[in-house]
Amino acid sequence: MPFIESVDHLTEYRRRVRAARDPQQLQVLVCGGPGCLPLGSEELAAAFAAEMEARGIAGKVLLKTTGCHGLCSHGVRVLIRPQEISYQKVTVEDVPEIVETTLLSGGVVERLVYHHPESQAPCPHKMDIPFYQTQNPLVLRKLDVIDPESLDDYLALGGYRTLRKILFQMTPEQVIEAVEKSGLRGRGGGGFPTGRKWRLCREAQAQPKFVICNGDEGDPGAFMDRAVMEGDPHAVIEGMIVGGYAIGAMRGYIYVRHEYPLAVKRLQKAIDQAREFGLLGTNILRSNFSFDIQISQGAGAFVCGEETALIASIEGKIGEPNPRPPYPVQAGLFGLPTVINNVETWANVPEIINMGPEWFAAMGTDKSKGTKIFSLVGAVNNTGLVEVPMGTSLRQIIFGMGGGIAHNREFKAVQTGGPSGGCIPPQYLDLPVDYDSLQQVGSIMGSGGMIVMDNHDCMVDVARYFISFLMEESCGKCTPCREGLKQLITILNEITTGKGEAHHVDLMEDICQTMATASLCGLGQSAANPVRSTLKYFREEYERHIRDKKCPAKVCRQLLIYTIDPNECTSCLACVRECPVGAISGPKKEPQVIDQDICVKCGLCVDACQFDAVKVE
Amino acid sequence: MGEVSFYINDLYTSAPVGTTLLEAVRSMDIEIPTLCHHPDLKSEGQCRLCLVEIGDWPQTRLVNSCTYPVEKGLKVQTHSENVLQARRLVLELLLARAPKAEIIQKLAAEHGISQSRFTSEDPEELCILCGLCVRTCRDIVGVSAIGMINRTPAKMVSTPFKEPSEVCIGCGSCAFVCPTGVITYTEKNGIRSIWGRDFELVACETCGSYIAPRASLEYWAKQTGDPVERYYICRNCR
Amino acid sequence: MDLQRLEGILSRYACQPADLIPVLQDIQDSYNYLPKDELKVVAERLHLPLAQVFSVATFFTMFSLVPKGKHVCKVCVGTTCHLKGGQRLAESLSNRLGVDIGYTTKDMNFTLETVACLGSCAQAPVMMIDDTYYARVTVDKVPKILKKYQ
Repeated sequence: MPFIESVDHLTEYRRRVRAARDPQQLQVLVCGGPGCLPLGSEELAAAFAAEMEARGIAGKVLLKTTGCHGLCSHGVRVLIRPQEISYQKVTVEDVPEIVETTLLSGGVVERLVYHHPESQAPCPHKMDIPFYQTQNPLVLRKLDVIDPESLDDYLALGGYRTLRKILFQMTPEQVIEAVEKSGLRGRGGGGFPTGRKWRLCREAQAQPKFVICNGDEGDPGAFMDRAVMEGDPHAVIEGMIVGGYAIGAMRGYIYVRHEYPLAVKRLQKAIDQAREFGLLGTNILRSNFSFDIQISQGAGAFVCGEETALIASIEGKIGEPNPRPPYPVQAGLFGLPTVINNVETWANVPEIINMGPEWFAAMGTDKSKGTKIFSLVGAVNNTGLVEVPMGTSLRQIIFGMGGGIAHNREFKAVQTGGPSGGCIPPQYLDLPVDYDSLQQVGSIMGSGGMIVMDNHDCMVDVARYFISFLMEESCGKCTPCREGLKQLITILNEITTGKGEAHHVDLMEDICQTMATASLCGLGQSAANPVRSTLKYFREEYERHIRDKKCPAKVCRQLLIYTIDPNECTSCLACVRECPVGAISGPKKEPQVIDQDICVKCGLCVDACQFDAVKVE
Repeated sequence: MGEVSFYINDLYTSAPVGTTLLEAVRSMDIEIPTLCHHPDLKSEGQCRLCLVEIGDWPQTRLVNSCTYPVEKGLKVQTHSENVLQARRLVLELLLARAPKAEIIQKLAAEHGISQSRFTSEDPEELCILCGLCVRTCRDIVGVSAIGMINRTPAKMVSTPFKEPSEVCIGCGSCAFVCPTGVITYTEKNGIRSIWGRDFELVACETCGSYIAPRASLEYWAKQTGDPVERYYICRNCR
Repeated sequence: MDLQRLEGILSRYACQPADLIPVLQDIQDSYNYLPKDELKVVAERLHLPLAQVFSVATFFTMFSLVPKGKHVCKVCVGTTCHLKGGQRLAESLSNRLGVDIGYTTKDMNFTLETVACLGSCAQAPVMMIDDTYYARVTVDKVPKILKKYQ
């Protein structure tokens, strides 16, 4: 790779990269995103390579493993360009047929394409699939076409154009103005206006200053930041360079949680490439601006997603948040002015500068501009990443892109905003999703997790799950969060095991109220949301647990009774082998019986039984 | 440094820039309870008892006054219904955590709480994790013999590896500053035992009464650059 | 103590206080745990109180003060995995390996852990053994997967 010495050199290099590419060349793009990777993307790509070699087309067809293609539930996904044929649930066994039919003969393997759920019509092309039709991807738009480890791919699609623009055509002040005008708000949850944050930091007196990318995506159920870091790492880096230029920083940190080893690897590779190329380092493109980035890895603490805790952790301390003020823009990393934005925010920046703030501000609602990525998971038919303009309704997302509730079940709630978000009931399905509307119904945007629940999900159990998660992740610094969560989990454990009492609801409401107003950091202040929102919208369900000792969704195990239906039991003994306490027994070759006195109600027998003979009441 | 003017409980007042709300409020002889605050230490806002309500109604919020700096025109309420409600619940939570801690019992009683509605996990627990001991040892004594370990719910104050600390000087400042009396030490036959370590106490060369552990005197001598012998005579006899 | 190995790690850093977590991560990766003597050297070389080093070592979940097994099995109990039976999967593994969650088997082959979210929610329940992800792991798939590592 050459060292890019000047703007002209960058332009010329880009031209050469583009000239060497044939837009009509056949491309096989295998999804290697967070959803497809565990389904075997790597093996699949290797199978394509081998098959194409065997069929003598290896030199003609370009094979790439890319970032997330979005529709994770139907992975592994493979996109064939230039026709834009989108295959789903592709396995190694399907490779010869795809090579034969599509790559060699130009046809479509119909059994591997999405079929419209109503008309049953095949949707061979990506844009025939309803899931993609209604999206408006800005941050995700390159993920299914570029090789995340190739700087050339990023350059060919116009990457680092923004860098050139800011360094030679814009003052830092103009960059900040543009970001302010765009209306971009922090995508990490708080929704603070990004431009204002940058301005406050630029105005701070102390030197040096820092920019930080918060990639500590700890919300269970959210993986958009992982997908962006793994799939388009240069966009994050370019955004950070713009931020560094705007506020006058020379150093940036990307804080990635250690559960994301691939994100670390891809980002490090991208940083190395950018350095080698001269896009990071001293006097970038011969300007007066110098900037470099290093990765800082998390060590396993959800609370480090909170900005002051994240800073403490980079400094080598335990991840305890500190009271604000001072805000990080005044006194952040090492006590110096620091801008922290999350991955998606940074990845939005290059295009905002490039296309202009008006372009960005034209999308979204009055107070929330642009698009937002949601990770749509749970009880929907189509799970994956969706990127839609702010203000898109929950119904459009869940029933449009998500294709409705799986197994023809009933929609019960959607949980947004991660563990400290809230559960939104069916009456708000037409709510246009933005920062403010979600807050009004008792939830938060958070980083964009969207977990759909159906009538088989118990809302008391969901609250208990989140509170137990938060209790283990709370840093324990301040009283309301530490002690409040401990008391909440004690009460919820009693309710879900049949020991609930009528006054428990009032007690929980009191705790929630004080946690929300009196906790030290944003995590503590929102930590009671799962209980508050479920108490508000699903109170009846709590009452069923407390008064009748019943779990209507049949989730809370201690309130259930497991039996084996003798008519359906095949005496295969799978349940007997799985039972951890030896509660299941019976004569050989005859239906087995569960001893209710020994049964610990773990439910493993239900999972083990292939014949649905274990009944739950 | 200039002065800023603001309102406390609707009274117009002023204080130098950088003053915390707690200092400003206390200088007006208004009492706000605190457990994790000490005037010689940087506050970190752990206990949440010093909450005050700031802002214009209805856009008010609670902040801990021990770290929040005075701002021009800021409206502060120290005993509003929101403040008292939060303070009472925080005390109730603390009472459940450390039911036998006298200071908590006293504060709770002052706020009309005789018994916590919440479950006590350990009725013998006294530590409320205010961190005063850790900060004193680190920022005043300067040895950092103890630290906060683990996360909720196992968070506690401990020496490294829960073993006697090599750097502890046995000065007892941690025990002195502890609001609930959870850190204790014993003195017997010229030996002080604290955090699992025994320290030889030095007797005053003049009057014979015990002054402090030898390790403490040696540490202070080293810090000040004075000959250690100077410390072998107690303050009364000097 | 294997001082040479530790020096090898420390030599990659300027030994500033801010290097503490990366240094501990390297030690954890290299030794599979954080040995006591090594932590003492780290405190000295980074000019940090041992109490702070111990604080950090016990705060973050990736650090362990006792040796971990040859393979680390992380069962996701993130929200989606929870709804789709992640906890039951963890319990099944615990039964099969004969080890409680958070502990290591006697033969030091497996450490069983739960993790908040692995970010592969669309394939819930998910688990990860070392650096390999396993998708849609139902209880009945467990024996076959474990076999690869035994």
